[in-house]
Amino acid sequence: MNQEEQVKLLGLWGSPFSKRVEMVLKLKGIPYEYIEEDVYGNKSPMLLKYNPIHKKVPVLIHGDRSIAESLVIVEYIEDTWKTSEPILPQDPYERAMARFWAKYVDDKVILALWKACWGPETEREKMVDEASEDLQCLEKELGDKQFFGGETIGFVDIAADFIGYWLGLVQEASGVTIMTAEKFPKLQRWSEDFVANSFIKEALPPKQKLVALFKTKFGSAKSK
Amino acid sequence: MGLVNGSNNDEYVRLLGAWPSPFVLRTRIALNLKRIAYEYLEEEDTLNSESVLNYNPVHKQIPILIHGNKPIRESLNIVMYVDETWLSGPPILPSDPFDRAVARFWDVYIDEHCFTSINGVAVAKDEEERKAAIAKLEQCMALLEETFQECSKGRGFFGGDNIGFIDIGFGSMLGPLKVLEKFTGVKFIHPENTPNLFDWADRFYAHEAVKPVMPDIEKLVEFAKLKFNTSIFK
Repeated sequence: MNQEEQVKLLGLWGSPFSKRVEMVLKLKGIPYEYIEEDVYGNKSPMLLKYNPIHKKVPVLIHGDRSIAESLVIVEYIEDTWKTSEPILPQDPYERAMARFWAKYVDDKVILALWKACWGPETEREKMVDEASEDLQCLEKELGDKQFFGGETIGFVDIAADFIGYWLGLVQEASGVTIMTAEKFPKLQRWSEDFVANSFIKEALPPKQKLVALFKTKFGSAKSK
Repeated sequence: MGLVNGSNNDEYVRLLGAWPSPFVLRTRIALNLKRIAYEYLEEEDTLNSESVLNYNPVHKQIPILIHGNKPIRESLNIVMYVDETWLSGPPILPSDPFDRAVARFWDVYIDEHCFTSINGVAVAKDEEERKAAIAKLEQCMALLEETFQECSKGRGFFGGDNIGFIDIGFGSMLGPLKVLEKFTGVKFIHPENTPNLFDWADRFYAHEAVKPVMPDIEKLVEFAKLKFNTSIFK
């Protein structure tokens, strides 16, 4: 596959999974055409062609071949455009650590946070406790590093984009607070550094639009 | 098994595992493929094991590969680590970035859909739930039958001439699939519906890296009866 072949991204403006790919493309300075997909409404013929199995975004189309699953796409970009800004470490052990923590965020943390904010009131305390425990693991893993990737944004930082930006807005919309500066000072500081990066900032969806979307789709926990 | 230490690293290799686990099996196959000398430690009671807690405090699960004093967790992670560390053995992931992405995509699918459906059939609370899980699993098999044709390009394995990332990811599920076939009467891999997978399964079982470590089906059946106290296993 030629680096010069055209890159297209089928995405969803508010999705942290879709944005992971955009962040990496921007960090690496890779030009691409963005195509917004009406995933919940009318799926386009393009989406059905390039992701027939899951019919979900993000989908990266490079030349005439497509890749789905956000973290698989990120590794593909890393493997294909080798000259710029590595997202994964070179050392196999460090890479294994990065993949482990990214999967932890993906499989466990995001789901726990989401359930805690939007789940039934009766289960709220238990879900909040669980989500807090998960965040504690990440707080510990981050330690005194500026980013999970060290001095520069890496694979885990990208995977944790939901925590870096979306979580604050979900907390605002739902009225449920899990991550605070007092309880998670390192993660708080990390999230500020993360969104301050110019390439990340460029990719982020507008705050008010996201909060409005969450409030409409999921209502507020306090009103339940 | 001929045992050779990789040119990159000759630190001691240990694997904490449990014989029934398909995830542990993945890592053993990868180590065998690369002919890596390792000490295998059977963890009978992972939740109460000091070693498991020490090396995987986050998930308290096996497999855990300990290379020197570095623990690596999660089966597919371990397989990739083995591939990236011991470069002298046959490659597990393809060299082309797109083919690598395809392999990674299918292993995600196998874990999130196939394995979940296998579990779904085993723990189903009633006939309706079981039928739904069986239907989903049959869908997975149909999709993988197609994928085999695309990936193998006419050769013997998903990885081509030798077993690769998808073979290891999916092949490790063959034991649990056979157990389910015994209890449900449904043939998930069938010479008529999935002829390619049917032949591939035989080749996989016979592979020198797989044969010595594939758990005995009768033992797996007994294990399933004990673990899953649901109606289909009685």
